Amino acid sequence: MNTSAVPAPGRGGAPDSGASGSVVIVGCGIAGWTVARELRQREPDRPITLVCADQGHFYAKPMLSNALAQNKAAGHLIQKTAALQAQSLRATVLPHTRVAAIERAARRLIMASSSSAPSPLPYKQLVLALGADAISLATPGLEHAHSVNDIDDYHRFRNALTAAGPGARVAIVGGGLIGSEFANDLAIGGYRVSVVDPARWLIGNLITADNGAALRAALAGLGVEFYLEDVVNTVERQADGCYRIALRSGTTLEADLILSAVGLRPRVSLAELAGLNVARGILVDEMGRTSDPDIYALGDCAAYTSAARPDVAGGAARVLPYIMPTMTAAKAIAATLAGQPTPVRFGPMAVRVKTPALPLTISS
Amino acid sequence: MKTYVCIVCGFVYDEALGRPEDGLPPGTLWEAVPASWSCPECGVAKADFEAVMI
Repeated sequence: MNTSAVPAPGRGGAPDSGASGSVVIVGCGIAGWTVARELRQREPDRPITLVCADQGHFYAKPMLSNALAQNKAAGHLIQKTAALQAQSLRATVLPHTRVAAIERAARRLIMASSSSAPSPLPYKQLVLALGADAISLATPGLEHAHSVNDIDDYHRFRNALTAAGPGARVAIVGGGLIGSEFANDLAIGGYRVSVVDPARWLIGNLITADNGAALRAALAGLGVEFYLEDVVNTVERQADGCYRIALRSGTTLEADLILSAVGLRPRVSLAELAGLNVARGILVDEMGRTSDPDIYALGDCAAYTSAARPDVAGGAARVLPYIMPTMTAAKAIAATLAGQPTPVRFGPMAVRVKTPALPLTISS
Repeated sequence: MKTYVCIVCGFVYDEALGRPEDGLPPGTLWEAVPASWSCPECGVAKADFEAVMI
């Protein structure tokens, strides 16, 4: 690095756009890495540090629900290791590091005592790209269920499938977007799949009853069995290791593996502890800013207020755990960080349902 | 003419078709697509497309 270089001055915008000083991004998912990449494209010299609890490798989470049938190992899904990604972006990455607290007045992060990363870590601007946790139902026996919410989960699930053997029976709890995609992927992979969901049709929060029925028919054509308008009451592990699943309707299923895909809970606790406004997700305005002007949030952890979503007439803030809004937000936030304030504007958004049996694109 | 697939959402860029609505006429080779172009379906960067034979 040329030591006489100075950070590029902000290209206009509000005086507090802060186009200098270090940017710290918490989270190395597609949101965090995209903010880093987009910012580096605009600001060749700005110090960028990414902090993440996992290994930080760059991969596309949407690929996790299509990868089993293609026989892809977890390592195969990694596009760039954290180290390579950091090197190519001239950023610093601190993997295996949990943030214990955000000290907003001092603008610094306090790391968990178990980490070896520098603590405290100062920031001029902070980006929270924390993602969400898979919701775990309290139903007795469902603690045996897998959830696949990241690449490490995928690795474990794939190992469990391999151990269970070809044609193993997989019960999927949850017939939403992720559950349906996994049902398709597992069916193509030769597994015997059942789907349980309390709703009347698949992906009910996003698609019409007609499309839900068509999707069900297409997946049924692959052998997937459906138990809709139904709920898991109990799960018992049998002596031979398989699971007996009792449904509310009285039906009993047997499965070798259970996959839980019942929804996501945005990771808000770090923000909440720091006194930021949170609802279902970390509340952000139309600039992607939290209630602290130096802290941004995006992706699965954020809840966008109606200002950011002009298509929504008033109403509560919404979490948008999909790739397109996340990419839109990442680009806008990076531009704002670079001194060109850019509102996060969600135009018509496409959500792709990656079910090869009946691919759907939902436009909103 | 080659095809390139978005690794996240599966959108296919076909060189023979180009993407006229983005100012890329039919026949626009991948190398000529600007680096700033992103997937029209999911917003992922050009850098994240993979070449595939269809």
